[in-house]
Amino acid sequence: MSTVEPVDVAGGTAVTVNRESCCGAGQCALAAPAVFTQSEEDGLVVLLDPNPPADLREAVRRAQSHCPTRSITVR
Amino acid sequence: MEDMTPNPEISGHSARLEHSPHPEVAEPPGNSPRSGIPEPSGRSPRPEPAGPSGNPDHPGRFADSASSPGPGSSADSGLFEVPIRRTCPFDPPPGLAGLRAAEPVTRRVMPLDGTELWLVTSHDLVRRMLADPRWSSSVDGGLSPEQPLHMAEPEPGMFISMDAPEHARYRRMLTAHFTVQRMNRLRPRIEQIVAERLDAMERLPRPVDLVAEFALPIPSLVICELLGMPYEDRAEFQEAARTVVDMTTPPEQADAALARLGAHLAKLIAAKREEPDDALIGELIREGVLTDGELVHISILLLLAGHETTANMLGLGTLLLLHHPDQLALVREGAPGAADELLRYLSIVDLVIFRGAKEDLTLGGQEIEAGQFGLASLAAANRDPALCEDPDRLDVTRPKTAHVALGFGPHQCLGQNLARLELEIAFQALLRRFPGLRAAVPLEEVRVRENAAIHGLHSLPVTW
Repeated sequence: MSTVEPVDVAGGTAVTVNRESCCGAGQCALAAPAVFTQSEEDGLVVLLDPNPPADLREAVRRAQSHCPTRSITVR
Repeated sequence: MEDMTPNPEISGHSARLEHSPHPEVAEPPGNSPRSGIPEPSGRSPRPEPAGPSGNPDHPGRFADSASSPGPGSSADSGLFEVPIRRTCPFDPPPGLAGLRAAEPVTRRVMPLDGTELWLVTSHDLVRRMLADPRWSSSVDGGLSPEQPLHMAEPEPGMFISMDAPEHARYRRMLTAHFTVQRMNRLRPRIEQIVAERLDAMERLPRPVDLVAEFALPIPSLVICELLGMPYEDRAEFQEAARTVVDMTTPPEQADAALARLGAHLAKLIAAKREEPDDALIGELIREGVLTDGELVHISILLLLAGHETTANMLGLGTLLLLHHPDQLALVREGAPGAADELLRYLSIVDLVIFRGAKEDLTLGGQEIEAGQFGLASLAAANRDPALCEDPDRLDVTRPKTAHVALGFGPHQCLGQNLARLELEIAFQALLRRFPGLRAAVPLEEVRVRENAAIHGLHSLPVTW
């Protein structure tokens, strides 16, 4: 599955995910459900919003920190 | 289980479920531990030198939990033992906090099999170890001196003991079955199962054993239904799970229990091959990729994980909440983070997550050689002041922490979102149905499962 590429918005949040290392724990979907979900086909991460709004930044950081395979990058 | 319910990786193999009756070690002469750990003098049986034990929040001691240790062992290793005995069922063994502060990666010996290993106790380093592919999960043994911890090829399908890429191959066949969304679709059914158990409790004469009537049947019903296993067989599944996680079960008996369970599952799977249903095992059969042997091992893993983890969280968690009425009230009102905080606080799966170093590496400033073993203390990591404020305080209103009660790394609990849902629904429904719920026996008489790889209670008589 192709990765949704974030646009590097100045001052904004840019998120990428690695489906190769993802283990489908679902921590990101719990932490920031507007940004991450899990594929119905394989259970792995699906990035819904590569440039989430500022008010989701903390939730996205939490998703990143809770990810057991460190498959989320936030800039 | 590695990969299933609220337990990080319970290995379905007796090996990894090991534990021991932890005798305390007699310090052999002439050996002085390193770094800044305070050492007691003398060489007789000695407790782990350590920081504060116990938690002032928890009154008294519990039946069985402070009984005297057995004779010393491993006297020739020159090392202290891993402190594995909880003196309070809610708290990590005394000694781990001191180690975490002084030397979070430290050389120790496991009491039962005498294996020397690196005990890892800080949140950061436990996470590093469990996410590091240089540490292998293919370890076995550890129950007795005759079968000490060793590297071993896992059985087909026993993915809890596999490394990448084999591990990912199996895990990815299962992840779609345990997603947050999919678990949420189970909510009405779990609510119904819980309500039926509460109805059944109401009809019984009081006191009622919460473990037998509530904590055990709920996850048992749920996992049997999810896998498509007949609930009539639950006694057998439950008995096998109990036997395997009991640290005092001799290895041959644990293996025999697993073999009986495997034979039984093989029959069920053969029947399903004829007529696959829509439950998980039926779907895996329809996908047509896995052999019968793989399906049996996967079923064992998921069944054992489903029985022994959530059940112990429900029993021990209820007792903990009864001791914290303010927190109990918050859970009854539906505090959204309660399940994760209870998982963090109790860390019921601890000191059973073993790894073997595949190459030389450094962790926490220690030089670790290829072939050496590591052991993560999830409980110590979950009470690390670096993880959250006031970690020894139960606070169901805290924002979700990055706790490791469900493990970390690619083996983190596969069934974690099922576990969260079961815990959330069951605790709330129980406390709402019986607002006057209380233990029917004094604290000292509550029977703690002292020799189990997963902490919990034998029984909890309650009334209301």
